[in-house]
Amino acid sequence: MINLINISKSYGENHAVRSFDLTIETAETTVLIGPSGCGKSTILRTIIGLISPDTGKVNIEGEALSTANLVSLRQKMGYVIQEGGLFPNLSAEGNVFLMARYLGWDKDRIEERIDELCELTKFPKDALNRYPIQISGGQRQRLSLMRALMLDPNILLLDEPLGALDPLIRSELQQDLKEIFSTLGKTVVMVTHDMGEAAFFGDKIVLIKDGQIIQEGNISDLIKTPSNPFVTTFINAQRNHLEIIGDI
Amino acid sequence: MNLLKIPLIFLIIICVSCTFSDDSEKEIKVGSKKFTESVILGEIISQLAASEGAEVEYRKELGGTRVLWNGLLNGDIDIYPEYTGTITQEILSNKNITDQSNLPEELAQYGIAISQPLGFNNTYAIGMKRENAAKLGIKTISDLKNYPDLKFGFSNEFMNRGDGWPSLKSAYNLPQQNVTGLDHDLAYRGLESGHIDAIDLYSTDADISYYDLKVLKDDKKHFEDYFAVLLYRKDLEKKNPQALGTILKLEQSIPEQKMVEMNAASKIDGLSDSVIASNYLKETLLINTNPVKETFLSRLYRNTLQHLFLVVISLSAAIIVSIPLGILAYKNQKVGHLVLGIVGVIQTLPSLALLVFMIPFFGIGAVPAIVALFLYSLLPIVRGTYTGLKDISRDIQESAEAMGLTPFAMLRLIEIPIASRSILSGIKTSAVINVGTATLGALIGAGGYGQPILTGIRLDNVGLILEGAIPAAVMALLVQGLFDLSERILVPKGLRLKENN
Repeated sequence: MINLINISKSYGENHAVRSFDLTIETAETTVLIGPSGCGKSTILRTIIGLISPDTGKVNIEGEALSTANLVSLRQKMGYVIQEGGLFPNLSAEGNVFLMARYLGWDKDRIEERIDELCELTKFPKDALNRYPIQISGGQRQRLSLMRALMLDPNILLLDEPLGALDPLIRSELQQDLKEIFSTLGKTVVMVTHDMGEAAFFGDKIVLIKDGQIIQEGNISDLIKTPSNPFVTTFINAQRNHLEIIGDI
Repeated sequence: MNLLKIPLIFLIIICVSCTFSDDSEKEIKVGSKKFTESVILGEIISQLAASEGAEVEYRKELGGTRVLWNGLLNGDIDIYPEYTGTITQEILSNKNITDQSNLPEELAQYGIAISQPLGFNNTYAIGMKRENAAKLGIKTISDLKNYPDLKFGFSNEFMNRGDGWPSLKSAYNLPQQNVTGLDHDLAYRGLESGHIDAIDLYSTDADISYYDLKVLKDDKKHFEDYFAVLLYRKDLEKKNPQALGTILKLEQSIPEQKMVEMNAASKIDGLSDSVIASNYLKETLLINTNPVKETFLSRLYRNTLQHLFLVVISLSAAIIVSIPLGILAYKNQKVGHLVLGIVGVIQTLPSLALLVFMIPFFGIGAVPAIVALFLYSLLPIVRGTYTGLKDISRDIQESAEAMGLTPFAMLRLIEIPIASRSILSGIKTSAVINVGTATLGALIGAGGYGQPILTGIRLDNVGLILEGAIPAAVMALLVQGLFDLSERILVPKGLRLKENN
């Protein structure tokens, strides 16, 4: 479980997040959604400690995030970003086992884990010794996910993980990701601006505007009992996507 | 291979080079200035000392009176030829010595002794091309007053010294405005080509007859006497009285005509300074000495070793210091501005000035040259490191951070490897600048490829200049090639690939 308690963060005059409270349930997929600049990425980055909030605190599985436990708590979370954030100096494999090796895992354990992950993420094993620059965008995201899962963290944070991909690859990866999430039973927090994607993945959807939560709940809550006209406006703006999915 | 190991490797290189360096204390260290007469006199002193069995180190062609005087004071030089006028006008100019007979007493306060004059007076004079002087009817310095458009080219020392151009101008009330400071040997060439109408001369210069110059009469007796003397450290009397005694046989032994002949033998006949010195000693003092005959190859070998020594040590030290400085600058912006500012300012100092600044702290020879080259090599490496790190995309940095790597691990595993190309290119730039700048080291007694260049300029010998310039260029290219090759080992493969989809 992740608890965000009274989080505020501003950059000069600009209030990115205001008195933000949110509980993220264990083994559920929570989607943070909202228009650009609403503060959804700021929340995700606050959870992994890349941003330190002006006020409030973050509890990760009961432990308050602080500079003292930052490194150890981060190793319990996997983080995937839009362009993958892969290290260009390391091979695909090198990216994946970097942390494991840093933490002193032995070779057999590393190999075994990479085999598992290749299977899980459908990353081709023969591409493991290629470099990030040599593999496709879709594969990069699979690799980034492998890297995030290497230490088998309980929590997975994804910041628009599919945002930079073309539609076909994107829909293929959506299916695969959903399968992975349900297989692993991780606590997943995903940021997206795509309502279809949110509906597809989200056990809970958190709609954010101007750094504050407008409504949280599952997709039918949002459609049937909108807390605010903005909720309906936001959903209707992306209606076409929802119809394609069609299982609401 | 990890780039962080590089500083360690260079530290080892420094230690190894130092054990190879020839820092044994020679018994007698002789110095000379970078004009032919001084070089020949230095050679004579060296051969005389050697004839008494003393181990001699001859540091010739040093870049100016200050370099030699400071070297003498701090013991990097034991003895060198000087002129009485230079002592009163330049070295001890703040004492306003009017009577040269007071010199021994004044110099004694510094622990320095002065010999009797060697016999000739090499005073300053003003010279013009004979035909030009005849055409204008100029015979004396006073006559120059009537020709305000004449262009003067004076040696840099003459431009500033007590009895130099400023006082000459006021003594004779000279109106000329077009006055350039330049190297003495180059001034002769300027005169020859007609770019300059009048230059300062030393009265024993071989060039006076060689270029057929008219020496203008010093009708107001402005110039002081410049009797050649030897300045030496008082402790030489205790250290090797026998050698000193033999050297002092030179007192009153070199008449003016003899000195002019020796200068001409070098500049016009192209005899080596060492042979000229040896011939003189044989004829005049009946002392047989062995002139050093160095072959081209052994000279090249020696210069190469000296040059490499300067470059390798100063560059290695710069790498060891600059990479951490670059990292510091990247980690802390305020410190970064300060660090980049300071090393930037050092880079703007003229290299020759930087070399001379080092002398009061480190004496003369290889050490001050290495320190100056070290300072000069900082900026490109600091900047390369800083830029390389700063240019890493935020995505990559945050991904590394979010994984739970400590800042040091991030630096070691991700940031430095990604910045390696930029760091290496900084090192490469430093290395090439370093190889070129090291040629100036000869001016403060550090030897290297600058030595034949200095001699070549002095003797107007293009071959000798090329003997220093070509190997220096080749070394710069080799160094560059070496670092290009090392990129393949040090820059991670993933950064050298081109996108193929």
